[in-house]
Amino acid sequence: MKNSGLTAVAGISPPLPVRRIELLPSVAGNATKLFNGFFEWFGSLGIFSWRVLRAAVTPPYEWRELIRQLDEVGSKSLPLVAMAGAAIGVILSLEARYSLSRFGAKSMFPATLVYSVIQVMGPVITGLVVSGRVGAGMGAELASMKVTEQIDAIEASAINPYRLLAATRILACILMLPLLTIATDASALLTGWFAQAMVEPLSFHQFIANGFNGATFSAFLPQTFKTAVYGLIIGLIACFQGMRTRGGAAGVGRAATNSVVLASLFLILADVVLVKFILVFFT
Amino acid sequence: MATAYDIATKQAEPDQDSRAPVIAVENVYKSFAGHKVLNGISLHVNHGETLAVLGRSGTGKSVLLRLIIGLDTPDSGEIRIHGHSIAGLALDRMGEIRKKMGFLFQQAALYDSLTVQENVAFPLEHHRRDMSKSERADRVRQLLAEVGLDGDIDKMPSDISGGMQKRVGLARALALAPEILLLDEPTAGLDPISSAEIGELILKLQREHRMASIVVTHDLHSARTIAGRLALLNEGDAVIEGTFEDLQQSNIGFVREFLKQS
Repeated sequence: MKNSGLTAVAGISPPLPVRRIELLPSVAGNATKLFNGFFEWFGSLGIFSWRVLRAAVTPPYEWRELIRQLDEVGSKSLPLVAMAGAAIGVILSLEARYSLSRFGAKSMFPATLVYSVIQVMGPVITGLVVSGRVGAGMGAELASMKVTEQIDAIEASAINPYRLLAATRILACILMLPLLTIATDASALLTGWFAQAMVEPLSFHQFIANGFNGATFSAFLPQTFKTAVYGLIIGLIACFQGMRTRGGAAGVGRAATNSVVLASLFLILADVVLVKFILVFFT
Repeated sequence: MATAYDIATKQAEPDQDSRAPVIAVENVYKSFAGHKVLNGISLHVNHGETLAVLGRSGTGKSVLLRLIIGLDTPDSGEIRIHGHSIAGLALDRMGEIRKKMGFLFQQAALYDSLTVQENVAFPLEHHRRDMSKSERADRVRQLLAEVGLDGDIDKMPSDISGGMQKRVGLARALALAPEILLLDEPTAGLDPISSAEIGELILKLQREHRMASIVVTHDLHSARTIAGRLALLNEGDAVIEGTFEDLQQSNIGFVREFLKQS
């Protein structure tokens, strides 16, 4: 902006540079875009969820595809969750033994390990591991099908893609997560016991008896079956991200990444609500 | 001896039955991000007739096919299949109409995790559960034989050429014996010999199955071979619709330029 002769004579300093003033509309514009994008994403997810739900409850049902997905989500994730559980078991065993020894509560070790694994670590670790493996895989697979028009071809063949692709995958995740969590828990308890038994001999039978002493089903079952909600989150977000992909190979990559990141994030946030829900209604 | 075009021209003769058109597109508009792709286009196709939709790249030809099969919805206007409007139909209801339609995508859109045989069998497995496994297998073999692909049934789509993928896509589109066939650039990306072979194949299938067809192409020679009637699109609307002779006799500048460059 020019410094007019009048302002120069009056000794008034020139106005603020234009660039500094333009920052404000730019920040406001980006914030508005972010705000709109946030609600647009949730709105689209809501519409997608409704279509999947409607497709899932109306025949003809895709039993063969569901069985295929149960194998894909369940059997093929089993080695990974078992390994993750085994690692967690050893880590918890080492940490718990050290902490409990400091407070003279070594006898609490079995119960500490059992409750830590089944109530907290097992479900969360299973959810995150499956979110990474299954979420990325599903997101990428469906995204690849979207960009190569395979999903359009399914729809053009008079087959409901929400029923065939999304509902089967989401249901498989819901059904398999609790079972995989049990596998993780079993693996963690086994290796946790083993790590402890290497230092202080303790039979597995005694370990289990001490660990579950006084426990009821309500102490463990809700925490295991809450992972069905994790499965819903993982399946829903992976399918949603995959089936709305655009942009070729880059879009496929974004869909896979976003599936994992968003599923993991929502899973952890959901756990906050679920833990409170279980504490209020089941304990 | 009758040429392919003569045969195609004969197909263009109006059906003696005075039924409504099988496909009717009326005053359809479609925009994407403010850019108008279809600008009030209207056309129709009768039973047993083949219409070729020509035009430059980006003039909305493929979009038109996607609207007819219901993969997109028009901003305004009406599309009727067998006299029934497809506007606002639920997915499952639209599925009932799609069972009578076959669609060949520009890149064939084969399911890349399934073999050639499984690709063609896919619609049969979902819609013809009354057929036994061996009946479905026989039907798949018959369809693949029709398109000249008997020996490659266990190959994956990535293991076959572009021309062969188009043939598989065509076989899959015919699996449910459709009354309507939509072909999006069936010869795009193919060498001249393969293009001619696909063109002859489409002509043969039309003679045998007597479907109402729309072929989208930018290849005038292919359009003359396959179709009895041609519509030339420019700026989202059909500037002319008729036989090849009608196009040749037209005084419209764009039509003359298009014919000159083809």
